[in-house]
Amino acid sequence: MRTITIDPITRLEGHGKIDIFVNQDGEVENAYFQVPELRGFEKFCEGRPVEELPSIVTKICGVCPGCHHMASGKAVDAVFGVEPTATAKKIRELFYMAHFVHSHIAHFYALAAPDFVVGPTADPAERNILGVIAKVGLEIGTEVIKQRRIAQEIQALIGGHQTHVVMNIPGGVKKGITPEQRDDIVKKAEGFVEFSKFSIQLFKDVVLGNKDYVDLILNGPYSLVLHSMGLVDKNNLVNFYDGKVRVVDTTGNELYKYSGDEYIDYIEERVEPWSYLKFPYLKKIGWKGFIDGQDSSVYQATPLSRLNAADGMATPIAQQEYKFMYETLGGKPVHATLAMHWARLIELIYSAEHCLELALDPDIIGTDLRTPIEKIVGEGVGVVEAQRGTLTHHYWTDDKGMVRKVNLIVGTTNNNAAICMSIKKAAQGLIKKGEEVNEGTLNMIEMAFRAYDPCFSCATHSLPGQMRMILNVRDQEGNILQSTKRG
Amino acid sequence: MSSEQTNLKPKLKLAVYWGSACGGCCVSVLDTHEKLLDIVAAADPVFWPIALDIKYKDVEAMPDQSIDLTLFNGAVRNSENQHIAQLLRKKTKILVAYGSCAYMGGIPGLANFSGKSEVFERAYVETESTKNPERIFPVTEYPVEEGTLKLPKFFNDVLPLNKVVDVDYYIPGCPPQSERLIEVFTAIVSGAQLPPKGSVVGANDKTNCDECKRTKSENKTIDRFYRPWEIQDDKETCFLEQGVICMGPATRGGCGVRCVEGNSPCRGCYGPPPGATDPGAKMMSAIGTMINADNPEEIDKIIESIVDPAGLFYRFSLPGSILGRKVQ
Repeated sequence: MRTITIDPITRLEGHGKIDIFVNQDGEVENAYFQVPELRGFEKFCEGRPVEELPSIVTKICGVCPGCHHMASGKAVDAVFGVEPTATAKKIRELFYMAHFVHSHIAHFYALAAPDFVVGPTADPAERNILGVIAKVGLEIGTEVIKQRRIAQEIQALIGGHQTHVVMNIPGGVKKGITPEQRDDIVKKAEGFVEFSKFSIQLFKDVVLGNKDYVDLILNGPYSLVLHSMGLVDKNNLVNFYDGKVRVVDTTGNELYKYSGDEYIDYIEERVEPWSYLKFPYLKKIGWKGFIDGQDSSVYQATPLSRLNAADGMATPIAQQEYKFMYETLGGKPVHATLAMHWARLIELIYSAEHCLELALDPDIIGTDLRTPIEKIVGEGVGVVEAQRGTLTHHYWTDDKGMVRKVNLIVGTTNNNAAICMSIKKAAQGLIKKGEEVNEGTLNMIEMAFRAYDPCFSCATHSLPGQMRMILNVRDQEGNILQSTKRG
Repeated sequence: MSSEQTNLKPKLKLAVYWGSACGGCCVSVLDTHEKLLDIVAAADPVFWPIALDIKYKDVEAMPDQSIDLTLFNGAVRNSENQHIAQLLRKKTKILVAYGSCAYMGGIPGLANFSGKSEVFERAYVETESTKNPERIFPVTEYPVEEGTLKLPKFFNDVLPLNKVVDVDYYIPGCPPQSERLIEVFTAIVSGAQLPPKGSVVGANDKTNCDECKRTKSENKTIDRFYRPWEIQDDKETCFLEQGVICMGPATRGGCGVRCVEGNSPCRGCYGPPPGATDPGAKMMSAIGTMINADNPEEIDKIIESIVDPAGLFYRFSLPGSILGRKVQ
C-alpha cells in the first residue's frame, strides 16, 4: 500500500490534509480528508457577557466574520427577547449583502478561477490569482480587486471595522446611514450588479464555452447525490439573513421546513476518532454512514444546495440565471459538485441586486436604530446562511446575561461528510491503474473540496475520518466501471 | 514604491502562513487591494496556502534563509503550528509575528482560561447537538484498514509565536490594518534602516485614547460601570466617561480607532502601549483614576460593576500576558 499525501490542501480558508491509499494494483483503496485543528470557541465563550459574543465569534473566521456577527446578533436579540427595529434589520441585511459580494468575489476569482481560467493541470506556480490576472488581463484583474474593495468599504462604513465588524447591539445596530452615505452606496451597488453580470458571463465564456469543462462538470467524478439545505423566505425563495431552513431530498421533494430555533430536532453531529471536525447529519434519518443516495442522512449546505432547496431567487436577474442553470443542467435538483461555482455566481447577482434594493429602501436612512432591552430571556438561537452553508449559533445565559453555554454548527461543518466523500470519489475516479499520479491529478482531486468554498477556520470545532461508503466509479457515459463498498 | 525602485533590486521572496488563525490576517493582505499588485511587483510570494498551490514539501526543499520575509499569523495551538513555525524560522531572514494571535495569542487565547480536556469535553461530548455516548475524541494516530492516519497534537495551551521560535518583529492588530502592512513592507523593500529586533512595528507609540475623536473632559469620575446595552451611547463622549469599559487607555494606537468609529468600545487588539507590559494592569490603573469613591468598600462596589474583567482586559492577550493562563 502506497500513501499519497496532499499537505496542506491549498486555495481555501484554513487547514486540511488528504491521504490517498493506493494498492499494489495502482488503484485507490481509500482516501481520507482530515481537518487538523480545533480552537474551541464553544468553551471559551463561556463566562463572557453575551453582548460581547457578536464581536468575539467574528474571530471564528476572517473571511466570513459578518456571518458569525449576524447569527450571533440574532441569537443575542433572542436572549434579550427583542426584535431589531425595521431600520436596524435592513441595515444589517444591507451590510450582509456587501459581505456576500466580497466573499463570493474572493472565492470565485482568487480561489476557484485558477482551476478554470489558468487550467486544472497548469503549472502550480501559475495556478493562482496572479495567473488569472495574467490570463484575463490587468484591466479585468483591477476591476475584480476594485469591486471587492468597494464591498469591503461598504462593510467598514456600516460595520465599523472592515473585517471584524462591530455593528450589532442587542435589539439593533450601533450606527445609522446618512442620506449622503446612502447615495454613495446606491452607486456602488449599481456597480456590483454590473460586475456580477460580467462575472457570470465570464463563467459562461470560460467554463461553459469549453467542452472539456462542461464534460468535467457533468460527467467527471465530481457528483454526489445528497439532500440539500438552505434558508428560504415566505415564498420559498433564497434568503441569506432570515427565513426558515428548508431541506429537500435527493429528488427535490421537501423533507423539512423549520425555524432556526428548532435545529436541535433536525440536526445531529457525530464524532469520529480520526477527525477534529464533527459530522452533522439529518437526525430524523439517523447516521447511515458515508453513503450518498436517497437513504443517506448526509446533506449539503452550499450555494447549489440553497438553490436546490428553494423555488427560486427573489431578484429578477438572479432568477433569470437560476432558470437558465437548471434548464442547462437538466432540471432540479442538480448534484454536480462543480456546479456549485455556477450557483455561487447566481448568488453573487442576487446579493448585488438585493444590496441595491435595500439601499433604495426609504427605511435604510431611518434613525430608530435600537429596540430597548426590557428583560433577559436567557436562551437564544440565531440562524443565517453563511456563504459556506447554514450557520447556527445557540446561546444560554444566566439571569444577568452572562454566557453559560454555547453551541455552534458552522457553515462548512455541515458539509464535512460530503467533502470527505467528494474527495474520495475524485481520487478513485482520477487515479487510474497503471498511470502515473502527477501534480495535475492531485490538483483535480483538490478541486472536489474547492467547489464547496470550505472554510476550516470556521469549521474547526471538528475533524475528518474514515469513510464508510459505496463508491461507484463511472465512465464518461455514466456506466459503472468499479463499485467499491466499504465499512 | 516606484517601479524604477523595484527594477533596481532583486525581488524579495515573501511567505504568508497561518497557524491557529481565522484567516482575517490573510484577508488583510488581500485588503491592500490595488496595492497588492505593487507588493507582488516587489516580492514573489513563495508560500501562501490561501492563495498558492505550494505545499509543505516544497517549503522543506527551499534553502535555509531563502525567504526574505515571512508574515506568520495565528497562534500556536498544536504540533503542526509549532512544526511549521520552526520550519519557516529556518527558511526565513525576517520572521514577523503578524496580528494579535501570533503576537499575544489573540481571542483563541481565551481558551487558556480552561484547558484541553475542558475544550474537548464541550466540543465533542456535551454540545447539545452532538451524539457521542461512546466518548470518542480525536487522536493523534488512528489505525485504519489501509494504514495509519495522523493528526497534530492539540496542546493544552495557546502559545504566542515567540514562545516557540525567535521572532524578529511584531505587527499587532486583529487583523493589522492593511495600510500599516504596506508601510512596513515598503520600508523593508526600500532597504531602510529597520528598528531593533523585537520591536512592535506597523503601529505607533501612542494609546488609542490619544487618537480617539470622542470628547474627553478633565477629571471626570464615574459612580458605576454599564454594559453597552444599558446606556444610550451619545456617540460623542468618551465611552469610559459614559461608564462603558473601553480598552483605549491600555491599547497601542495604529488601528485608526476603527471600532470606536463604529460606536463600539475598543477591546484592545493592538496590545499594550509602549512601556506597559500588561494590559490588565494598565487598564486597572486607568480606571483607578476615574472612580468616584473614597473608601475601599465603595471602590470595590464600583469595580464589581465591571462584568468579566479578565475576559475584557485580556481579550486578545491572555497567552502573551503576565498571567499566560488560568492556574490549573
